[in-house]
Amino acid sequence: MIELRHIHFSYTDKPILKDVSFVVEDNESLVIMGPSGSGKSTILRLILGLEQPQQGELIIDGDNICTMKEKNKRKLRKKIGMVFQAGALFDSLSVGENVGYYLLEHTNMTLKNVSEKVVQMLGFVGLDAEEIIDTLPDELSGGMRRRVAIGRALLSTNPMIMLYDEPTTGLDPKATENVLNLIMKLHQEKTIASIMVTHEIIDALRVANRFIVIWAGEIAFDGTLEQLRSSDDPRVKEFLRPFLSSFTEVVQKRFVEGIATENNSASL
Amino acid sequence: MAFFAAVNNWLKHFAYELQGEFLLALKTIAAVFRRPFYLPEILEQMHIIGVGSLYLVILTGIFAGQGFALAFSVELADFGAKNYLGRIMAIAIIRELGPVLTGLMVAARVAAGITAEIGSMKSSNQLDAMVAFGIDPIKKLAVPRLIALIIMLPVLTIICDFISLAGSWVIAKYIAHVTTTVYLSAVRDRLIFGNLFIGLLKPVVFSFIIAFISCYKGFTSGGGTKGVGRATTESVVISSITILVVNFFITKIVFSQLKGWL
Repeated sequence: MIELRHIHFSYTDKPILKDVSFVVEDNESLVIMGPSGSGKSTILRLILGLEQPQQGELIIDGDNICTMKEKNKRKLRKKIGMVFQAGALFDSLSVGENVGYYLLEHTNMTLKNVSEKVVQMLGFVGLDAEEIIDTLPDELSGGMRRRVAIGRALLSTNPMIMLYDEPTTGLDPKATENVLNLIMKLHQEKTIASIMVTHEIIDALRVANRFIVIWAGEIAFDGTLEQLRSSDDPRVKEFLRPFLSSFTEVVQKRFVEGIATENNSASL
Repeated sequence: MAFFAAVNNWLKHFAYELQGEFLLALKTIAAVFRRPFYLPEILEQMHIIGVGSLYLVILTGIFAGQGFALAFSVELADFGAKNYLGRIMAIAIIRELGPVLTGLMVAARVAAGITAEIGSMKSSNQLDAMVAFGIDPIKKLAVPRLIALIIMLPVLTIICDFISLAGSWVIAKYIAHVTTTVYLSAVRDRLIFGNLFIGLLKPVVFSFIIAFISCYKGFTSGGGTKGVGRATTESVVISSITILVVNFFITKIVFSQLKGWL
């Protein structure tokens, strides 16, 4: 479980997050939405301990990461898988070395064993290992890079929670579809919690059951899809306004799918 | 008033940068003695710094040595002291020219490379990814570069000294008409502890300067590719100036302390 309690964070004098509090339960799938510069990605960086809040507590599995020494933070990070914006793959290493990075750095596994695990993981994220294992990240498409990054995060830390920073930004519809399918597959098959940060509302609606809208560093909304649809908060309305037609379409589709799923479950 | 405000800001910025570089230096030195030890990275950096800079040092050394020898031989000939050419060249090259030229060449080539590499890793979140996977970027990136510089810069300096002395021998023999025996004997006369000590102390100190400044500029670069470009330029300029300033003070201090050995 991850809990943020009254987090305040600012860069020099510019406030980024103001009194942000929420809880993410085990196996929960949460999406944090908001316009660019609203402080979404900062939340992920705080959870990972890459930034230190000026006020507040951030509890991960009972430990407050804000008061921890770097050595203990390193241990805690093993429970967290992070997929950075644009993948953040090590561009001087091959795809295979990227995916097996953690195992090569932190374990005494033989190269053969690491290689086997890398091939398995690339298969899991839907990539042809034989074709890409020796290529450099620069030679991959944007969608493939994100999937390699997800594979690297999974193989690295065997995480209890996955953090995704804008995983579909800049991708074409097909690549977006692949990445979102992988995120959903991961959530269902590995049953690990996830927090996805995005400003792509339609993508957000597909992968999560709970939504947070951040507006100018504050939580403007925290709730389910139904609550989001009926929210009267002017900040939420303002954020949703440009996407209203596609938003309604996706919501209707999800409700239909939800009813279909319920019917299927009942008939079984 | 605007002038004083600008000076005040500049001084504040300078103090802040100095503090940052000092802290990074402390962290890097502490990390040298901590596990894990990245031997493959150290060897890779030794190759990049040492072998990669070799052609630069050889070219610089040979032409600088010849240029100096040419200038000195004309002046010494006026006093009938051409036979002292080897002696003067040995002192100039081993104490000053070799270490400073090598330091400046390596600063220009290697400092730029280090800052650009670390800076672009930072701008593409690769440093954050490293931290997320439990790797200390200072340990992984700064320490191997520092150790490689400490080992390779003195080696490159010795090569530069040798090449410069060989270059000046060509001038001595074929233009100044000083015999090889006289030239070598004069050079050998000045190959004494004090000169060799200064000549090898300087590259070690310059290694720290290049490593700390270039890594600091890389780790603190910001503002995308433009910011990385700016940090790279600053890294080379600051490293070069610092090398020249520190070179003077080393010469001055060692001169006063090692007078009997020189």
